[in-house]
Amino acid sequence: MLEPGRAKPVPTPETQHFWDGTKTGELRLQRCGECSKVYFPPRPFCPECGSRNVSAFKASGKAILYSYVIHHRPVPGFKPPYAIAVVELAEGPRMMTNIVDCEQTPEALQLDMPLEVVFEPMDDTITLPLFRPAKG
Amino acid sequence: MGARSVAIVGASETTKLGVVPDMSQIQLHADAALNAMKDAGLKPKDIDGVATAVETPQQIAHYLGITPSWVDGTSVGGCSFMIHLRHAAAAIEAGLAKTILITHGESGRSRVGQPGRSVPPSSLNGQFEQPFGPFGPPTMFPIPVLRYMKKYGVTHEQIAMVSVVQREWAAKNPRATFKDPITVDDVLNSRMIAYPFRLLECCLVTDGGGALIVTHRDRAKDFPQKPVYVLGTGESVETPMISQMADFTSSRAFSVAGPTAFKEAGITHKDVDHLMIYDAFAHLPLYGLEDLGFVGRGEAGRFIAERNTAPGGKLPVNTNGGGLSYMHSGMYGMYALQESVRQMRGTAPAQIPGAKISVCHGVGGMFAASGTIIFSNQAA
Repeated sequence: MLEPGRAKPVPTPETQHFWDGTKTGELRLQRCGECSKVYFPPRPFCPECGSRNVSAFKASGKAILYSYVIHHRPVPGFKPPYAIAVVELAEGPRMMTNIVDCEQTPEALQLDMPLEVVFEPMDDTITLPLFRPAKG
Repeated sequence: MGARSVAIVGASETTKLGVVPDMSQIQLHADAALNAMKDAGLKPKDIDGVATAVETPQQIAHYLGITPSWVDGTSVGGCSFMIHLRHAAAAIEAGLAKTILITHGESGRSRVGQPGRSVPPSSLNGQFEQPFGPFGPPTMFPIPVLRYMKKYGVTHEQIAMVSVVQREWAAKNPRATFKDPITVDDVLNSRMIAYPFRLLECCLVTDGGGALIVTHRDRAKDFPQKPVYVLGTGESVETPMISQMADFTSSRAFSVAGPTAFKEAGITHKDVDHLMIYDAFAHLPLYGLEDLGFVGRGEAGRFIAERNTAPGGKLPVNTNGGGLSYMHSGMYGMYALQESVRQMRGTAPAQIPGAKISVCHGVGGMFAASGTIIFSNQAA
């Protein structure tokens, strides 16, 4: 269970499937049935071509570290210094996250390092997708 | 030269800038507006168009006693005022208004009468960024920087030079908040805020405001001040989520707004005598120089480190000291516009001798939006 204090997401009808997924250990992306675009964040149509013919699928959970900052000031739910990271998923989309099981230093956090998703519950309703260095 | 038919005939900042706890946010709008009207020799009844951001046009019009026949409440962050100016030009050309007032006021430091900024937890930002610990612009705006640095081999020292050079400009400006010289070592030894950025690579947080009065260029010579003509304008938006920028090494909004303005103005880069690039953080002038095409991809760090944008350099940039050293209330775009107007009037503290064309480029949110204005003091 994550330390309390983080801003907690409130799902909408369009994003509920994503948060249902993280609770059951799935990172869900969406793919367009017309143009095959894989996209994030969730919405019930394709941001590339506008088609409503889209479906959710379970992503691999593999990613690389794309960019980040290491914040040095206190924020509720975090112990500074902590990295606010953007990862690029193997399927293409990027998402904001935190990197766990890793020193929060520029030396340990190398751009393009391989990562894998882990799921950390905030409470009974919301589980966040975080990432850790890939174990092989 | 120039596709637009309007000119700035009134321009002013608030009487005081910096720490102004004796004025609420709406009064900062009004103080700047009254100064700009005085500058143009106008009264509130002479204004028939109002544009503003964060505060609404109805708040500002009512507070100032204006009955507008045209309003614009575009509120996309710190470049809203560039976009207001673009919309005002179109409105005046279409005959929707004759004399438009654009106002900004922000009690960014003292926070007197300032509406709070909060992210709704059901918004996409609230669901997919806020849970991971961003806390204000210093934790978000620099997120793309490490990717940019890696792609082009840009160094921490080169980015620190942005702050050093702008402090040199600020030293020439009596109204600048910080005027003492700084070195690259000073920047790189200042307090770490959000790696890779340290305190001196982040903008100030101050109070202030500014206002502009726009009219048709055919009327401009009837006003007391030297007219500043609008040659070209551009605008765009990309995404409210920094994590979803299409390219971490370039702003799509910059790449639309900037070239649109150059095309409208019918000028090339070598025509530009003076450049303002909204600098909330030290990387913005790098992205701006590249996305507007003043230098090639990955070349801006070296261009700045070699002092091309510094006093005496071939392309003077952010000559008021910028958001890093002059002032930054939160939506800095209005102050960049004011400096361009001063340079075109020939009244800037660090005046560029003989400057005829000034480009003023703004950002809104965290690379979320952009507006570009190209000014000239030549009637074309």
